[in-house]
Amino acid sequence: MSEALVTLGEDIKAALPGAVTNAVVVFGELTIEAEASQIVQVLKTLYDDPRFRFVNFTDLAGADYPEREKRFDVVYHLLSPRHNRRVRVKIQTDEKTPVPSAIEVYPAANWFEREAYDFYGILFSGHPDLRRILTDYGFEGYPLRKDFPLTGFVEVRYDDEQKRVVYEPVKLNQEFRNFDFLSPWEGTDYVLPGDEKAKTP
Amino acid sequence: MTEHNIRNFSINFGPQHPAAHGVLRLVLELDGEIVERVDPHIGLLHRGTEKLIEAKTYLQAVPYFDRLDYVAPMNQEHAFALAVEKLMGVSVPRRGQLIRVLYSEIGRILSHILNVTTQAMDVGALTPPLWGFEEREKLMIFYERACGARMHAAYVRPGGVHQDLPTSLIHDIAEWCDPFLKVCDDLETLLTDNRIFKQRNVDIGVVDLETCWKWGFSGVMVRGSGAAWDLRKSQPYECYEELEFDIPIGKNGDCYDRYCIRMEEMRQSVRIMKQCCEKLLGADGGGPISSLDGKMVPPKRSEMKRSMEALIHHFKLYTEGYKVPAGEVYAAVEAPKGEFGVYLVSDGTNRPYRCKIKAPGFAHLQAMDFMCRKHMLADVSAILGSLDIVFGEVDR
Repeated sequence: MSEALVTLGEDIKAALPGAVTNAVVVFGELTIEAEASQIVQVLKTLYDDPRFRFVNFTDLAGADYPEREKRFDVVYHLLSPRHNRRVRVKIQTDEKTPVPSAIEVYPAANWFEREAYDFYGILFSGHPDLRRILTDYGFEGYPLRKDFPLTGFVEVRYDDEQKRVVYEPVKLNQEFRNFDFLSPWEGTDYVLPGDEKAKTP
Repeated sequence: MTEHNIRNFSINFGPQHPAAHGVLRLVLELDGEIVERVDPHIGLLHRGTEKLIEAKTYLQAVPYFDRLDYVAPMNQEHAFALAVEKLMGVSVPRRGQLIRVLYSEIGRILSHILNVTTQAMDVGALTPPLWGFEEREKLMIFYERACGARMHAAYVRPGGVHQDLPTSLIHDIAEWCDPFLKVCDDLETLLTDNRIFKQRNVDIGVVDLETCWKWGFSGVMVRGSGAAWDLRKSQPYECYEELEFDIPIGKNGDCYDRYCIRMEEMRQSVRIMKQCCEKLLGADGGGPISSLDGKMVPPKRSEMKRSMEALIHHFKLYTEGYKVPAGEVYAAVEAPKGEFGVYLVSDGTNRPYRCKIKAPGFAHLQAMDFMCRKHMLADVSAILGSLDIVFGEVDR
């Protein structure tokens, strides 16, 4: 299985010189890294070529890596029912550079791209209707970005005097508790409070 | 009337419409009674599950999956457990696999009963839900007896399942199987040849196979259009390989075919459940129910009473949790509604870095627009019923 995927990855790389930058097999899954500007061409080839035939659009996910220069990943998952294979195509982008929309190859990408725009603010060029999809009407911000707080900024409640739902800044009765459990069982590698004067071995 | 004052009519279907299957708001553009355009507004049940999971440990993320497709909770947990196990490289013992398969099939029947009977209700039949829900109640009691909750189970956990099943429960499940086939037959006498049901469903919402794949359909939606595709057969997980069952497929890709497939799938699920019960009660059905890796699966309470090590591990696993090696995986199961997948990115800490939930209903619902075009207004609820939408998973 794994060798077949490695071969498949090499075939895809050979079929799309310049557009596909890397193909790796990890955990028994094939991941293709591609140039964002070429993504439509990549998807078209994966769809049309009889060796690939990835006709089923499974998923599109955004992911945020704020420390990178191009902070967002756009991850496509495709499935080929004929060859019984899956592939993951990854491209990188930032807040400003739009990614060409995949709708002309896979119409299913429509809502998935709206979702990525809604959650991360990833822009898609050539999308017919890039509106927010899952968040509230009039929502501001991109909630799945790593710099967006878990609690959000506003909360809603029904105001009995105004007879309508009102938005207010979030008030927490207790500070949001975020425990640092990253001290490994093997021992800490940072100075514990109160241990500043202790000798280090 | 002159030409220029004829205009299309826009109406809101939902968000509180009994046939909207939850909190769907459809903005329909009508020309007389013909639907010209459908714009589904979703997200009224959005709870930010993916964001919440990023702030929780892997074990704490499990209950969120019950709340996605709340008519078949364990199937979702199963997909998450498979993803975590793939990253950790952990294998589940055979008894654990059998229990997972048994409960996945119970989940499938739970979901299909709900869908088939409410689809019938959407097109005017009241009796099927009354008959079907009686059986659902019995199945939810099986859920309750396994994990203590009727719906939100948190039972399938990374590494295996939470607790072992008592033998009496397995006997009761085995005894439930055959009478249920009779209920299936009864339901079919109400619907399959029913003139009104057929008039409302045959040749309604037809999709061809190529369109299905392109629009990201999976599960019953592609099988209804003639694809012999089921992840349990084509990419088997757990012990599905050793079980015997058939995959029903449709010919016409209409609402009626999808109904027929769901009915047959329930019978096949019963077949799988019977085999699972037999194997669980058989000679080689014993053994552990979850991985024996003490750094991932917490110890049993009886062990904690005797062993200091076990006590420490219990505390650490329920507070800090375990660390998952860095990497990214996609794991999918054949949930009742289609392919339910989890794309999990780990950065090597005790919390997922990113957990994208691929819900089958999301892709199916976006096809409402082209499936409903040029259909009558009354067909909208029939098509929506046959798509099998549950808002917990669409909105996440």
